[in-house]
Amino acid sequence: MRMAKYVLKRIILMLFTFFVITTISFILIRILPRELPQEKVMAALIQARWEALGYNEPLLTQYFIYWKNILTEWDFGTSWYISFRQPAMETLTSRLLPSVLVNLYSLLFSVPLGIALGIFAAIKKNKWQDSLISTAVMVFVSVPSYVYAFLVQYIFYFKLGWLPLQLYSVADAGGSYMTLKMFHSMIAPILALSFGEIAGLCRFTRAELTETLTSDYMLLARTKGLTRGQATTRHALKNAMVPILPMVISSFISILGGSFIIEKIFGIPGVGQLFLMSISQRDFDVFMADSMFYIFIGLLGGILVDVSYGFIDPRIRMGEK
Amino acid sequence: MAEKINTYGNIPKEKFAFAHSGEKLTDRKFDDKPIGYFKDAWIRFRKNRASVIAAVIIMLVILYAFLAPLLLSHESSFMVAFYAKKPPRNVFLRELGICDGGMDRDFTEKSLIKAIGIGIGAEDFDGHGATLEEGMASYYQPILEVDEGTLSTSTGKKESMIYSGRIDSYLETGFMYLTIEQPEYEKILSWEQETGIHVFYPLVENNEWNADPTDANNWYKTKKNAPVTITDNGRAKTIEYGPGMVLEDNYKRDSEGNLVYYEYAGGGTLDSALYKVRILYYNYYRYLYDEEPNYLLGTDSQGYDLAVRMADGIKLSILVALCVSAINLVIGAVYGAVEGYYGGTVDIVLERISDILGGVPFIVVATLFQIHLSQKVGAIPSLLFAFVLTGWLGTAYRVRSQFYRFKNQEYVMAARTLGAKDRRIIWKHIFPNSLGTIITSCALVIPGVINQESTLSFLGIVKFSTAKTTSLGTLLSDASGIWTNYPHLMIYPALFLALLMICFNLFGNGLRDAFNPALRGVEE
Repeated sequence: MRMAKYVLKRIILMLFTFFVITTISFILIRILPRELPQEKVMAALIQARWEALGYNEPLLTQYFIYWKNILTEWDFGTSWYISFRQPAMETLTSRLLPSVLVNLYSLLFSVPLGIALGIFAAIKKNKWQDSLISTAVMVFVSVPSYVYAFLVQYIFYFKLGWLPLQLYSVADAGGSYMTLKMFHSMIAPILALSFGEIAGLCRFTRAELTETLTSDYMLLARTKGLTRGQATTRHALKNAMVPILPMVISSFISILGGSFIIEKIFGIPGVGQLFLMSISQRDFDVFMADSMFYIFIGLLGGILVDVSYGFIDPRIRMGEK
Repeated sequence: MAEKINTYGNIPKEKFAFAHSGEKLTDRKFDDKPIGYFKDAWIRFRKNRASVIAAVIIMLVILYAFLAPLLLSHESSFMVAFYAKKPPRNVFLRELGICDGGMDRDFTEKSLIKAIGIGIGAEDFDGHGATLEEGMASYYQPILEVDEGTLSTSTGKKESMIYSGRIDSYLETGFMYLTIEQPEYEKILSWEQETGIHVFYPLVENNEWNADPTDANNWYKTKKNAPVTITDNGRAKTIEYGPGMVLEDNYKRDSEGNLVYYEYAGGGTLDSALYKVRILYYNYYRYLYDEEPNYLLGTDSQGYDLAVRMADGIKLSILVALCVSAINLVIGAVYGAVEGYYGGTVDIVLERISDILGGVPFIVVATLFQIHLSQKVGAIPSLLFAFVLTGWLGTAYRVRSQFYRFKNQEYVMAARTLGAKDRRIIWKHIFPNSLGTIITSCALVIPGVINQESTLSFLGIVKFSTAKTTSLGTLLSDASGIWTNYPHLMIYPALFLALLMICFNLFGNGLRDAFNPALRGVEE
């Protein structure tokens, strides 16, 4: 009951925050001067459509029209340049799949590996294996992801020739994002994404597990006669997972957003690339829709993490400071 | 037993004496100096070897960033478009075989002869007909090394020789046609006489033996780009690469057989008359800039000295990061202090505001600020605004929790009882306790800002386009399409960025541990 109340409170708060931020974004985006294409017929056509859609009304009226369209028809505006006269939301959702796929593959690969490495480092604390892993983690956490992306391209495309430089187009890969050929071309971005994720998770797991390993209840477990392995898996690991799992959950939420850099370098037609395109091509309706999407998943991630703490660990009482 | 105790009560008064009578009682002075909070932190920081090394490297990189334009003799705005994307070269190190401006390449026979031809042509400034040996020994010979050649037999093509070698890409530019005014021509002539270096070379005849008249490197007789010699019956015979190869010049000669060095190309008066000349670009560069091309890390995609360009980029990154962390520190400290100290309604209202700000995705803010403000106030200030808008939230959060911890402690109550005002309690009594946390968060904000700044410029959201401002991210973004052919464009900026990030993170971690008194005495 208390939990439900807390979740409800958080959701209402989130909707309020979402509303405020999108309002500000809306104003900032709508007051930008809109550009018409060079071609006269097209320019006239677009201008007429804008007039009909109320883009020349006062800002407040535009704002009401915008929310009315969203609430009644789920219409987030229209893409004028990227995919001409397609609904902005459709433009966005059609790009969701490649982003999600690449990130999902990367997470499926890096989460087990990151946690396993972290556990290994924590068990071998202060031995050479630990210092090796910790040094590597320090390097991989610090170095920006496009440096890995270049490195992956250099090694696997130029030196070894195993992987393609960029993602295949859907037509090349057999008409779908789920084909084996498409997966082959996704390996490079998956690798580039995974380094940082593995390193981050490994560092976090190591820190949490070393803390639990030195706790008093571990000593008690050992005194009761459990072997080191038993004590670690039954007591330390379980407790260490309390902060690790929400972190993994938030990673899974953030895969919706894709990655700007990786999508740019590997030519993945995802939401991150759409964001950059909508800025450079001044396709403001798409920009607004994409921004709203990012704001939403950011807020959703925050809530899910906080709520999941409560589910995973009943000791953490919700709503109390 | 009991009797004995009782006797203590009956000690005569005169037996008592004052222990310190006549002495002034003071606290004894410490033999050592007291170890304060910061000194304590410093002692612990010093023990962390990795952090100390990181701090030293950071200092060196900052020194490089500020001194490079002075030490490398190229100014930030020094740009030579003809020498863009060139690999590292230094005249002195070149003798040792490093920094030779060289690129490994496979040559066909034609392209090898053309490259060698630049060296031969450079020696043949007076049409006497330089030999292959002279050309290979020439200072201006672009070919640094070349192997015997292997026969390539790719299917469907005629067999051809492929030579693997290394070419100095600065000398490879070779000859060039230039249109200059009369006074300039005379100036160069007098410079030639003074130094003995040849800049002007004979013009080339535009005839059937010149495969591409716009290319000034086609100074020898060619047919379909292959070098030829003309036999007695007027037929062309192809020259093959090998010892004793002599290229036959195709220089323009006047009716008396003298070489023609310049040609009228328009313009009226003596001063504005234009002349077409053929120059050896390497020596023209020496004339223009009074030095040979020296680029320790090569040149960037536009022709700036990469070493200087990177120094500018690092300088910008570090200045932005310092500004951001200073501003965020002030805002975050005040905001967090007010929140934490007053609590209650003030806290709730301020927390909601920071909740809302915290929900704004950074990339959206940065983009909107760039679109709206970069025209009016420039790219850097609008970037700063974007960082400041949400950047202080972390500091405010930390300060707030520190205030919650300390505000109900006895010493605060004591200060209040003695009549201290809120402001005094906040800044004099509670705030110093959160100083360590703040310094640490500042040190960790810097690598974050550098990373985000270079990411934004890499993505092209922030554009630094002037001669003086650039960023490592911009350099990498410029390199992103072409770095496979010019690896140095990517390697050096990426290396510096990675180094900077690793060092700042190590340094920040060291500071965090040093300022955390809970870790005192924990020797790992």
